[in-house]
Amino acid sequence: MSRQEVTVSKETAWCPGCGNFPLRKALAGALNELELSPDKVAMFTGIGQAAKMPHYLNVNGFNGLHGRSLPPAIGMRMANHNIKVIVESGDGCTYGEGGNHILHNIRRNPDLTHLVHDNQIYGLTKGQASPTTGEEMRTPIQTEGINAAPLNPIKFAVGMGASFAARGFVGEMDHLQELIKEALNHRGYALIDILQPCVSFNKINTYQWYKERVFHLEEDGHDPSDYDEAFRRAREWGERIPIGIFYREEKEIFRDRFSRLGDTPLVEEATSPGAARELIDDFR
Amino acid sequence: MWKFTFLKGIWEQEDIINNILVESDTNYEGGITINSFNILIGGEAGQGLKTVSHILGKALYRMGFNVFTSRDFMSRIRGGHNFDKVRFGSEDIIGPADEVDIIVALNEETVVRHRDELKEDGVIITEKKDAGGENVVEIPAGKIAGEINPKGINTVYLGALIKILGLDRNECEKVIAEFFEDEGIVDDNYRLLEQGYHEVEERYEVAAPGNNEKRIYLDGKDAIGLGAMAAGVKFYTAYPMSPSTGIMNYLAGKQRDGGPVVEQAESEIGAINMALGAAYGGVRAMTGTSGGGFALMAEGMGLAGITETPLVVAEIQRPGPATGLPTRTEQGDLQFVINVSQGEFPLVVLAPRDQEDAFYQTFRAFNLAEKYQLPVVILGDQFLVDSSRSVEEFDFESLEIERHLLSPAEQEGEYKRYEITADGISPRAYSGQLPGQTVLVDSDEHDEAGHITESAEVRKAMVDKRMKKMDRLREEDLQEPEYTGREDADYLLAGWGSTRGPLLEAQKLLTAEGISAGVLSFADVWPLPRQELESRTEGVVKFITVENNATGQFANLVRQETGIKADNEILKYDGSPFSGKEITRRVKEVITQ
Repeated sequence: MSRQEVTVSKETAWCPGCGNFPLRKALAGALNELELSPDKVAMFTGIGQAAKMPHYLNVNGFNGLHGRSLPPAIGMRMANHNIKVIVESGDGCTYGEGGNHILHNIRRNPDLTHLVHDNQIYGLTKGQASPTTGEEMRTPIQTEGINAAPLNPIKFAVGMGASFAARGFVGEMDHLQELIKEALNHRGYALIDILQPCVSFNKINTYQWYKERVFHLEEDGHDPSDYDEAFRRAREWGERIPIGIFYREEKEIFRDRFSRLGDTPLVEEATSPGAARELIDDFR
Repeated sequence: MWKFTFLKGIWEQEDIINNILVESDTNYEGGITINSFNILIGGEAGQGLKTVSHILGKALYRMGFNVFTSRDFMSRIRGGHNFDKVRFGSEDIIGPADEVDIIVALNEETVVRHRDELKEDGVIITEKKDAGGENVVEIPAGKIAGEINPKGINTVYLGALIKILGLDRNECEKVIAEFFEDEGIVDDNYRLLEQGYHEVEERYEVAAPGNNEKRIYLDGKDAIGLGAMAAGVKFYTAYPMSPSTGIMNYLAGKQRDGGPVVEQAESEIGAINMALGAAYGGVRAMTGTSGGGFALMAEGMGLAGITETPLVVAEIQRPGPATGLPTRTEQGDLQFVINVSQGEFPLVVLAPRDQEDAFYQTFRAFNLAEKYQLPVVILGDQFLVDSSRSVEEFDFESLEIERHLLSPAEQEGEYKRYEITADGISPRAYSGQLPGQTVLVDSDEHDEAGHITESAEVRKAMVDKRMKKMDRLREEDLQEPEYTGREDADYLLAGWGSTRGPLLEAQKLLTAEGISAGVLSFADVWPLPRQELESRTEGVVKFITVENNATGQFANLVRQETGIKADNEILKYDGSPFSGKEITRRVKEVITQ
């Protein structure tokens, strides 16, 4: 049987010109280049415009709750490690509502790819500040500008010891597709914070704004195995914004720590009530 | 000297001096025989009360007694006042007793606090001589332990207790050998036990009934854990919260024995969402918490509801709201659990009635969750999970795992996770199960394929589909409450979950006082079975509900579902469980009103 292609749907609820379109194209391209068939890929998302992705790609999908894209993905990895797991959501869902989960899942280092659509704004709720919104921005809520410093996701991830931390930009789709391929091939937790404009609600961080600032780390002589250097590069943000892989390290993944888990996925284990019977001797 | 002997299946009290045999009434008002012996062991946190009550309970069980051990402890690691009660006898012991035959006081406070609970002829074992009363048995436990192992004061008392009861300390030694891993500590405890034993004189002559081959001795948390193991749970994730943590402890210890992978989540929100992901991946998954954590899981419950993902959640109640009384018992979450989360969706709530029921209901919860593709809550409480009891050995032969999964051969055409069917139950496949097919689930309202929709027509069809599952559940799987008592009983007592034991004891006590009462004990509380309620309340003099909360949540539920109003509500919300005697007293109060 020839492999099914990952395909994209025609209808979406996204605005014309949304950064989600090139991101989706880069993702589908990466999955197809790696010959991953749709039935062997499961995508976990939260809530927001980005989180609608599983409806617009023909892979398995779990479109869960706001902020909760990571936990069900961990559960899935526990149940069946033969399925490639992708977590995808926006900056508000991931870094705001879901902050605690990303913190602890970097510690777990589960084998999954985490794509964060970072447009520095809440789109679906129409233009409020997200954790990554720049301090200079005014919104209908933050009428005097943002009253908290923006989160730098790369600095956070590298600081937490993420085994793969990268930044992409939807305006450089080929580069993004290569990054996604690297992340999918990484054994462990791979975060890509993906810069994308919100054409409806973010009038500051436009395509043009990003284009003037981004540069490629790999062309700037960055060595992603150098942790201290990665942390230094992670702090760069402003007039020049680096994209590419900041840090990459192979280390023990979450399921490696469970001696209970072998090559056979839990979902394929046979079960009968009798298997627990001898445990009753503990109570004699 | 008073002497208790075990004779012809009942306890008898022998007055040696007068050489007259009198039937023991164990001090129940009205002279009712509840054939049991009740020991209270009290002290500070950190003095090893749990250890000594475990060793005592298990040794007594192995001697052939039926045993019920309940625990009352504070939310602290050292100090404070805690006590365990070990009640044992020849008949099935189903709940705690108020009055105590022997107080083992590891500190002075135990004597002060519990002296009033001691029967007239009861005994206090303590270090302090001036504890008062001729029934005090003094033992220099601190001095003895100081010479052997200062941490082992509890075992000195255990030795003394065993001697006073006239029991063989051999069984205690065996349990000690199993309980402690370090051989040196085992030897120390042998010596501590022996020293305590030789320090005192026999007071009673309690003859052990013999073996207990067909019975086991376990607490509610282990029963829930074992029930989940029997059901083939593959993933358990939770955030620690008293009194539910014991379930996670049990299962974590069984990971290498075919048990589930156990992960301590970053929060209850993480836990329920992780468990749902595992269930979506095709395995049986479970989480557990108490009321506060369940509040955090509320949205996840709704997610299970709308995505129709099978999930089992143990909600082990403690008194709330907020932090409440972390280590005590209550049944205050019933209405909250039934009505959890925004929106409307089907769920099942099962309240195990005792340690035996906890095993079977947990097993059943997994089958129900998968058959109807919904969340099932095991609604327990601290009294259920922290109390140990000897029960009939579980019948594994009667158990059958029913997964209700679509087999790939049955699938024709494109798989639709939410296909509309006559009974509302769509064919369930898990992600990665069907070659060439994908499974899409969504927290948004969705169409048959799982795609997000805002169509009014589809919305209505999906709500109807989900709610319709309850019709089949009501027909095929709902369990009516257990009824105990005469068919023509004057009074009907109804309770749910862990009140079963105390209710049944009350029923016995009332009967012996000439008050004819029947007991309805519910495990299935949502949906609420109605038949027995409707027929049993017919013609009774009074219908009385008994529950561990302040507002009569079960009584309200009964009224909501059947229109039947309880004539009286017996409520308790001080953090402690009912005893049979307390229910008896309060029933007598309300029926004479």
